Amino acid sequence: MSDIIKHGTLHTDDWTVVRVVEGEDLAALELPAGRVIVPLALWLARRDSLLAGAEAGVVGVWLAGTEDPATLAGDLLRLQLIAVDFPKFADGRGYSIATLLRARFGYAGELRAIGDVLRDQFFFYTRCGFDSLQPKEGKYSRAQLEAALASLKDFSEPYQGAVDRAEPLFRRQTRKEAA
Amino acid sequence: MYQYDEYDQRIVDERVAQFRDQTRRYLAGELSEDEFRPLRLQNGLYIQRHAPMLRIAVPYGNLRAKQVRMLAHIARTYDRGYGHFTTRQNLQFNWPKLEDVPEILAQLATVQMHAIQTSGNCIRNVTSDPFAGVAGDEQIDPRPWCEIVRQWSTFHPEFAYLPRKFKIAVNGATDDRAVIQVHDIGLDLKRDASGNIGFRVLVGGGLGRTPILGEEIAAFVPWQDILSYCEAVLRVYNLHGRRDNAYKARIKILVKALGIDAFRAQVEAEFAHLKGGPATLTEAEVARVARHFVDPVRETLPAENAAYAAQLAGNKAFAAWARRNVRAHKFAGYASVVLSLKQTGIAPGDITADQLDHVADLAERYSFGEVRVTHEQNLVLADVRQSELFAVWESARDAGLATPNIGLLTDIIACPGGDFCALANAKSIPIANAIQARFDDLDYLHDIGEIEINISGCMNACGHHHVGHIGVLGVDKNGEEWYQVTVGGDQGNDTALGKVIGPSFAAAEMPDVVSSLIRTYTEHRHPDERFIDTVRRVGVEPFKTRVYAEREQRKQAHV
Repeated sequence: MSDIIKHGTLHTDDWTVVRVVEGEDLAALELPAGRVIVPLALWLARRDSLLAGAEAGVVGVWLAGTEDPATLAGDLLRLQLIAVDFPKFADGRGYSIATLLRARFGYAGELRAIGDVLRDQFFFYTRCGFDSLQPKEGKYSRAQLEAALASLKDFSEPYQGAVDRAEPLFRRQTRKEAA
Repeated sequence: MYQYDEYDQRIVDERVAQFRDQTRRYLAGELSEDEFRPLRLQNGLYIQRHAPMLRIAVPYGNLRAKQVRMLAHIARTYDRGYGHFTTRQNLQFNWPKLEDVPEILAQLATVQMHAIQTSGNCIRNVTSDPFAGVAGDEQIDPRPWCEIVRQWSTFHPEFAYLPRKFKIAVNGATDDRAVIQVHDIGLDLKRDASGNIGFRVLVGGGLGRTPILGEEIAAFVPWQDILSYCEAVLRVYNLHGRRDNAYKARIKILVKALGIDAFRAQVEAEFAHLKGGPATLTEAEVARVARHFVDPVRETLPAENAAYAAQLAGNKAFAAWARRNVRAHKFAGYASVVLSLKQTGIAPGDITADQLDHVADLAERYSFGEVRVTHEQNLVLADVRQSELFAVWESARDAGLATPNIGLLTDIIACPGGDFCALANAKSIPIANAIQARFDDLDYLHDIGEIEINISGCMNACGHHHVGHIGVLGVDKNGEEWYQVTVGGDQGNDTALGKVIGPSFAAAEMPDVVSSLIRTYTEHRHPDERFIDTVRRVGVEPFKTRVYAEREQRKQAHV
C-alpha cells in the first residue's frame, strides 16, 4: 500500500509496479498477486493473457522515457491505467509522452507518474495530463504529501494550453488592452 | 514596451510565493541539494565561487527607467553595489545571499520583473535586436513576437525539463543583430509574396563546446502557426535529444546526428497534428501585444539639427563619441545612443548602482523612459532627439558611460570568467582589461576601426568567442590558465566561426598577441577594409605566422 495523489486528493493505493531487470525471461516471470503495473515489454510479450486483467482493471502498463506511446494506441480503450516512469525527476520525456497519450491518442483512463516523482513537479505533471502521482515509497510522509497538494495550484492562470486546459490564456480570458 | 496586465502580474507573484516556499524547504533540509538545483536554476540562481549568482531576466533586452532603478536598489541593498549585463541581454548579481533571493524576487515583481527560466534546462529568455522599433533597416518589429514567445514559453509544462538549455532569438531587420544563427531556434520575420507575416525558422545553432550554425528547417511558417511549430520542434527534441551526456544534449547535436532533412521530417509529422490547434495565434492576441510597442509620439523635426552639427564641428571629444556611440534612427531628427559599459579597467558589462540610477534619469529625461540592453553588453537609449545628444553626452560622460569605443577594439565582449564563475577554466576580465590598457590611444583605436574581440573563460562560450573577429578562449593546461586564439569569426548576416590560429598563450602574452594580429591587419588592409574583411581576403595564415614569429622574437629577447 502506498500513498498517492489522485484527482487532487490523497489516496491509499494497492497497485504494484513490476520492474524487470534486463535479460529476465518475461514469459516466465511470476507476477505478484493483486493489481500490477507491468512494463511495456512484458505487456507486449504476454498481451493475450493480460488483456482480460487490463479490462478488469487489475493490470496496467508502464512506459519508459524511451518508449513510444503509439505502441499502445490499439490498447487504449482496454487499459484502465497507464503509468509513465521518471527515472530521474529531471528527465522530462514523460511530460511529452503523457501529452501524446492524452492529446494525440485520446487516452481517457488513469495516467500515473511513477519513479522519481517529486512534489515540486506536481504542477507540471497534472498540466500534462497525469491524474495520479505516485512518489517513491517512503519519499514523503503523509503529512508532507498533504502539504504538497497546494503545489497543484501554484499557478492559477497559466499562459499556454496543455492537456488540463487546452486553450491558452489568450483564448480563455479576454485580456485587457494596454493602458 | 510591454506592460503587465493582471494575469502577467499574478504569474510572477505566484512564482515568488512558490520559490519562497522552495527556498524555505531547502534551508530546512526538506529539499536535497539535487532536488533544489533545477528549481533555483529556473529562478536564475547559481551557486558560484564566492556566493550565489542571481541572473535576472531582461526580456529581449527591454527595460523601463523604474526597473533600472529597482536594479540599482537591489545592487545596493543585497549585493556589493554593482551588477553585470550579460551577452544574453540579462543582468547578473554576483553577491546575493541565498536566503535573500525570495525577497529580491518579490521586489522585482513589483516592477514587473523576474528571474524565471534564466538558467536550467528549459526555454531561456528570448533575445532580439536592441534597436527594434528604431532601426532603419527593420522590416517587422520583433518585440511583439518576442513577448508572445516569452508568454508561451513561461512555465511551459511539457518543456520544463529538456535535455539541455534552449535559446530562441528573433530578428526582424535586414541586418541580423540578434545572431539568430547561433540559437537553438532562430526566428527570422519575413513577408511572403502576398505580404503576410511569417517566419523563416532556423534550428540547431549554438556556440559552446561544439559550435554549429543553425540550419533552415522551414522557409516560411505563417505567424498564426509559429507557436505550434515551435512546440513541434521542442517535442521532437524533448523526446529524442540525448540525455546520457550533458555535452551532447543540445538540439544541435540531435539535428546533426539525424541530418536536417530527417529532423525536419519528424518536426513536420508532429506539426501536422498541432497545426490549427488551440496554440494557433489570433489576430486579437497579436494586436493586443503589438499595441504595447507602438511608436512613441515623436516630434516632427528636420533630418539634420543645426545645433548638433555645430556641436560636432566645435568639440572634438563629442564628435569622437558621436562617431562611435550614436546611431542613425528611422525617424528624422532622432538618434539612438549606445552607453558604453566598456571603460578601460572595468569588467565589460559591469555597472554600478549609481550608474544604473543615472541611466534611468537619462532614459526618463531624453528617451521616453526606456533602456535597451545589447548582447555586446552595452546599453541603448533608443530615442534621443539630435538636439539633445550633446546634453546626453555630457551627462553620460560624467557618469563614466560615454567611452567613445562602440564597435572598436576596446568594446570587448567577455563573460565573468574565473573571477566569479565556478565553470570557468580561466579568467576573462583581466585579459579584457589588459588588452584595453594596451590600446588606450583613441586615435589609434579609430585607425584600427571596427573589430570585435570576444573572450570566454571556458568552452561554454558565454563570451561568444567563436563569433568574435578575434576570439579568446580560456583553457586549463595542467592547472594553469592559458588562452586559445581564433580569428575570422563573425556575427550577423555573415555569421562565421573563427579558426584556431595555433598553440595557446599565457595570460601575460595576450596584449602582445592582439598587437601582432592588429599589425598584420594594418599592413595588409586595403583602404576602408575592416579587420574581418582583411582576414576573409588574405586568410588566417599571415596572422598566424606573424603572431608566432613575434612570440619567438619576444622569447629570444628575454633569454
